[in-house]
Formats: sequence, C-alpha cells, structure tokens
Amino acid sequence: MITSAIPAAAPLFQMDGVSKRFGGVRALENAALAVEPGRIHAILGENGAGKSTLIKIMAGVVAPDEGRMLMDGREVTFRSPAEASAAGVTCVFQELSLIPDLSVADNICIVHPPRRFGLIDRQAQRVIAEEALVRAGAEDIHPRMLVKDLPLSRRQLVEIAKALAWKPRILILDEATSALTAADVAKVFSVLMRLRSEGLALLYISHRMHEIAELSDECTVFRNGHNVMSFAAGTHSNGEIVEMMIGREYSNAFPPKPERATDTATPALECRKLGWTDRLRDISFTLGKGEVLGLGGLDGQGQRELLLALFGVLRGTTGSVLVDGKSITLASPAEASSEQIGIALIPEDRKTEGLMLPMTVRENLSFSVLDQVSRGGVINREDEEQLIDEMIKLLTIKTAGLDLPVAALSGGNQQKVVIAKWLMRKPKIILLNDPTRGIDVGTKHEIYLLLRRLADRGTAILFYSTDYDELIGCCDRVLVFYDGSVARELKGSGMTERALIASALNVEDGHVGTAA
Amino acid sequence: MSEWRFWLKEQRGTLAAVGIFLLMFTIYVSNHPAGLTANVVQTASNKGVLLAFVAMAQTLVVITAGIDLSVGMIFILTNALASWLVIGSPLETSFGVVAVLAAGLACGALNGLIVIYGRLQPIVATIATGAVFFGIALLLRPFPGGSVNEDLADMMTGKIFGVVPSSLVALVAIILVVWVPFSRSVIGRAAYATGSSEIAAYMSSLPIRRAKFTAYLLSGLLAATGGLFLTFFTYTGEAALASGNAYTLFSIASVVLGGVSLFGGRGTAIGAVFGALAFRTIGDLLFVFDFDPLWQPLFQGVVLLVAVSLGAFGLFRVRNRLEWFG
Repeated sequence: MITSAIPAAAPLFQMDGVSKRFGGVRALENAALAVEPGRIHAILGENGAGKSTLIKIMAGVVAPDEGRMLMDGREVTFRSPAEASAAGVTCVFQELSLIPDLSVADNICIVHPPRRFGLIDRQAQRVIAEEALVRAGAEDIHPRMLVKDLPLSRRQLVEIAKALAWKPRILILDEATSALTAADVAKVFSVLMRLRSEGLALLYISHRMHEIAELSDECTVFRNGHNVMSFAAGTHSNGEIVEMMIGREYSNAFPPKPERATDTATPALECRKLGWTDRLRDISFTLGKGEVLGLGGLDGQGQRELLLALFGVLRGTTGSVLVDGKSITLASPAEASSEQIGIALIPEDRKTEGLMLPMTVRENLSFSVLDQVSRGGVINREDEEQLIDEMIKLLTIKTAGLDLPVAALSGGNQQKVVIAKWLMRKPKIILLNDPTRGIDVGTKHEIYLLLRRLADRGTAILFYSTDYDELIGCCDRVLVFYDGSVARELKGSGMTERALIASALNVEDGHVGTAA
Repeated sequence: MSEWRFWLKEQRGTLAAVGIFLLMFTIYVSNHPAGLTANVVQTASNKGVLLAFVAMAQTLVVITAGIDLSVGMIFILTNALASWLVIGSPLETSFGVVAVLAAGLACGALNGLIVIYGRLQPIVATIATGAVFFGIALLLRPFPGGSVNEDLADMMTGKIFGVVPSSLVALVAIILVVWVPFSRSVIGRAAYATGSSEIAAYMSSLPIRRAKFTAYLLSGLLAATGGLFLTFFTYTGEAALASGNAYTLFSIASVVLGGVSLFGGRGTAIGAVFGALAFRTIGDLLFVFDFDPLWQPLFQGVVLLVAVSLGAFGLFRVRNRLEWFG
C-alpha cells in the first residue's frame, strides 16, 4: 500500500479538540494534531505534557472525553487497541505488549496467525516472522527464541516487527529507542526511513533531541495538555524548543531554603560508581546531613532504580555506597532500614508498596516500629498509642479514628500515613519516590514544609520528583538523570526550569550556570 | 542454536516428566512380582488414566494462570451422574455418555463465567463451585450404588488385541481430539499469552475472555471424561468427598511434576499426563516394596515437595527483589 507523499492534501489522520481528564487532573485539553503519510512526525514535551495520553487515545487504549478523530476525513472511534490497529493505527509500546513465554514468531504473528484447517500453521508463521524481522532490521533474531530470553534492546526490535505485521498506515513509536544500544538505534533509523519512503506515517515520541533532528520531518510540542506549536523540523533551535516546553503554572509556595555552608563534614550518604544492569551507570554523588537533594530528568531515566538500589531491593549492584563514611552492603530493605543504617523509602505507589489498605491506620503506622513497642512479642498498646499520637500531630493527619481502614482516608492523608510510618523509625536518610503525585495542593505544601523541617534537624533527603517546579522549590541541589547516569548537577540560581528541561533532554543550554 | 536444541528447550518440562515416569515405571515393573505383563500394564494404566484426565483438566486452567479447585468435584459429580444415565440399550447408553460430558461442560462453563464476568479469583470461585458440585453429587447418590452398561465398561477397561490397555488408547484419543487442536488454535495461544502476561495479551488485543472461558469449559469436559472412566472401572457411582479432594490436590501435583508453571503461560497437557502417570507410579512403588500402605500419603507428599522446590530455582536469578512477589 503505497500512498503518494504529497502533504498538501487532506491529512491521513487528524484529531480535533480532544480532551481527557483523569480524576481531577487534565491530561489533555483541546488538543489537535494532523498526521500525513510519508512523513516522520516528532512529538515533544516534558513529563506530564500529555504525550502519552495522546498516543494512548490514538492507539485505542483510553477513550477521549471530548473531541473527534478523523481518518481519511471520516470520523473514527477506537474502543480497543485492536480496533485502532484494524483501522491502521498501530503503536509500538515500550516492552509492554510482548508475551514473555511465547516465541518470537508466536509474538509477531500473535494477532493474525496464519491458519490451516483452523489451526495455526507454524511453517507459514515462521516465514512471516522471518520476513517481519528482516523488515525491522533484526534478521539475526531466531524466530524460535523465547521473548523472555532476549535482551531488552532486541525485544524492542521484535515489538517493531510485530507492529509491522499489522500492516499499519500510521506507526506510533513511543520512546522506541530508549532501551536500544547505539548500533540498534542506527538500524531502527534506517528501517524507519525506509518505512517513510513506503508511504507510512510515523509518529515518533522521543526525548533525544539529536534523534529528532536526524529523523523527523515535522515536530509538535505539547505543554500542559495542549499542543503549543507545530513546525517543520530544523526551523527552530534546541533552545527555542526548550522555551516552548517551559510554562507550567506555578501554584505552590515553598518554604525558604537555608543558606548552606560548604560541606566539610562526612556526608550522610555517598555513592561511588553505583551501577545495576544497564539501567544505572556509574552514579556518584554525595548527600550531606540536612540537605535536600533532588533527582530530576524525564521519567524512567534510572531515578527509581537508584532509590530501589539504595534501599536494598536490587540484586547485583556494582560500585559502593557509604553511609556516614562507612561502606554498607545493599542486602535487603530490612537491612537498609535498620537502626545502624537508617534509610527509609517513601514509595511511589502508596497503594501497593506503602500501605496495607484494608488494615487500620494504627496497624499501618506501627508496622515499622513493632520492635520498639513490643516486649517478648507482645505489643504494648500504650507505648504504641503514644508514638502514633506524636506522628499524627506532627503530620496533621486527618482521620476520624485510628481504627479506621487506611483505604477510607483521602489520597493526601494516605500519603501522610506512609511518611509517618517511616518517620516513626527516625531515619537518618529519607528516599522519596515522587511522593506528591496525585495528591492535593494543600497536602503537597504540608509535605514540602515537613521535608524542610526534617532537613533542618539534620536528616538527609533524596527526593525524586517528576514535577520540575517542586524540584526547584524544595531542593538544595538537583541531579538530572539521563539514560541511567547523572547528566548534570544544578544548584543555587542555576536551578531553573529551563536548565532542568535542557539537561533532561541532554542538550546544551548556554544561558544557565551549571556545575558538572 | 540449531533447531533441535530449540525443540529440546521448549519441551524441557514435558521431557523431564516423561523421564521421571519412565524411571519410576521401570523401578516399579522390575520389582513387581509378576514383572512386565499385559495385566500389570493394564492395571497401572486404568489407575493412572483417571488422574491423567483430571490433570489435563487442571492444566488448561493453570496455563491461563488460574487454578481449578473444583476438578475433583466435577469428577465425582459426573461419576454419580453416569451411574444413573450410562445404562440400557446402546442408544440410551450413548445418550447417557453425551449427557455426562455435557454436565462436565456445564460445570466448566459455570466456573468460567464466575471467574471472567464475576471477576472472582479462580481459587475462591472454584472452591465454592466445587462445594456446589459435590452437593449435587451427594443428592444424586446419597449412598454408593447405581450401575453402568457393563459391556461398554469392560470394553473401555479391557485390552485391545489382548495387549494394549484400552483406557490408554482412550487417553491418547482424548489428547488428540482435545489437547492438540487447543494448543495449536488461536484460542489456545491466547490462553498461553493470558497466563504469561495478561497486560501484554490485552495490549496485543487477544481474546482474553474467550481464551479463559474455553480453558474452563474444556477443563470441565476433561474432568467429566475422568468421571466417566471412574464409573467404567467401579461399575457404580459414589459421592466420595475424600476422593474428590484427593483428585483435586493430585491434579495440581501432577501438573507441577509435568513441568506446567503454576504462574501460567508455560507447560503442556502431555507433560501433565506424564506427571500424573509418574505420580501414580510413585504412590504404587511402596506396594511393590511391601511397605505399609499407611506410608503412602507421607511418601507422596515428600515427592511433591521436592518437585515443587525444583520449580522454584528460577527465583535465584531475579535481579530486582520486588519480582519475587510479582
């Protein structure tokens, strides 16, 4: 199916006035986009700008609240990924849609396997899979390999091969190169360029500016759920593009940061060349007592893995970690949170990793201090009560009773319970994994105050946030992550949204003072 | 890697089950007072085939990452039903067979509907339906009794050409008619995919619900086939609670021995069949060595524990400890 590559005619795909809300958060607001055949269209935007919601709507994963989508000028609705694919819109997700226990060939042909007498024809399937692998530039992958035995970068190529087996007219690639090695990226690029010449429309979501410059014909920048601007590739500089991405609304007041003298004391935490698989590379930094150190960058650049590694969740880490100048081994969360080491992790997903939802507030709070309030295995209710009361007051948790299930509290109060639970152990180092995601402004503000108060008392805080505003407002320094390593360190007046975005995208930005 | 090594890797679990069975059966036969005779094989086959059917039933559900704790009760219920219906003229008998198999399908369909549309966990749903199935069986056969068309029963439990046990032939036939088409169909692949990663299966727009429903449906059918054969062997129907529970638990044991992953997505019914035959042989080993039968449950328990532990070795390779709980 080769369509002519003349862009002037009606676009192949068009969306108009599309909006989507999740709870109270507007992810996409009145968004518009036009996609033309034979072109590579790059989508840019920072965390939470609406990129992923946009492609989920296009791929039929979520339904829009408002607005319409047109294909070949006719209105379409996609109720499932299958409907979208059948209509010609296929998305290459990040390692999400492959079945680990099935073979490469099974996976490529999973949707429309060739059949003989009603049963799957494995010979024919093998042929189709081999062709698709060649088309995806991955002819060295054996079709009988199990997907789970392939390294991540090879799986991504299988994803592309699988998407091509749908014979799509629009192919969406969501961070398709983020897991690839440089050699594989070059291969994927030549594949994408060939597909473009065959008349396919490609929608390319990436945070790698040089890839976009090399590959795309046009770009659309998203910000706060709006499409800010569309332009032909090469007509704007990286700096101008960063400028377009800036502009989040500032709504939070942050507590003042104290002046910090240059640290000469032993740092609370020091990482030396910490590594784990290919997700963390040579991470080195120090975190002083009483310091709030931010972790920035785009989502999924290794920030979470760093926190998990420090908390003893990951196995096979390399490099060394020092607490109070003493080298520690990262064996388990129980060890990391022991009194000698004193690390606490406030997890990202409070519902699964932080709380036992059906259990009461009291029980949830006292989990982490059961050893302190019990004697001979029996819990002393008075001691327990006293400790819990202190925390409830400190954090102003609003609950009608300690014996209510945690599930009955609001999201903000639940998050406070998670924090309180760990504060009860009086940790020396607190790791926070995007703690304010999905909670109300008032509670956010209280959490900011609390963090600063803890820091003033000497607690060291490592704070990962996807909200740049928050990083600038709360942190003394910020480490910006890119591709599993620290791309840049920002501090003082150098911590601007512009600098954060530029370094998150790993592009140079001459206007800001940075320290390496 | 060359082609045959891929095959070896794909079939590893099944081949291990075949190996265990052959080893155990060799030990069994070489110590049996009568040695390897057609009669010894026939008796072993008749005992093993019952569990093999129930284990196949379990396999289909386990592949979708579910579990069916009602298979033993479907087995008992259809036994009770067959002791009423599979009797009389050839026409009446065939009607009875069809009715018994249909009852199995109905039980499986009920499980499937509750798990898929009721969104209950399979373990809870099938405990409940299992109790219901047993209750019906008890009403059908408050006391052991009934009868079966003995011509058919003798044909199905006898020997073909005086050598091959016909129950074994029936087992092979059922594998060819039910398992082979299922495993090679689009629905069967969707069942594997669902068990392996339901999210990925959804993103790949596979018919998840239909796959699960088919698995439960066929599971009911296979358990009913087992119930039918139980009637052929015993000539009667009996609502035996202990027997139903034992078959459910042994079916899970067979599945594990047969290299089917309880996490779903991996393994074959053929592996489970050999797992069942091996499990039965292991239980009978004690008899040929003249142990007190009281030791049998303990011995089987230990064997099962060892088998399950072998399956957990993969956990040593996990790099992110959170995956232990996934």
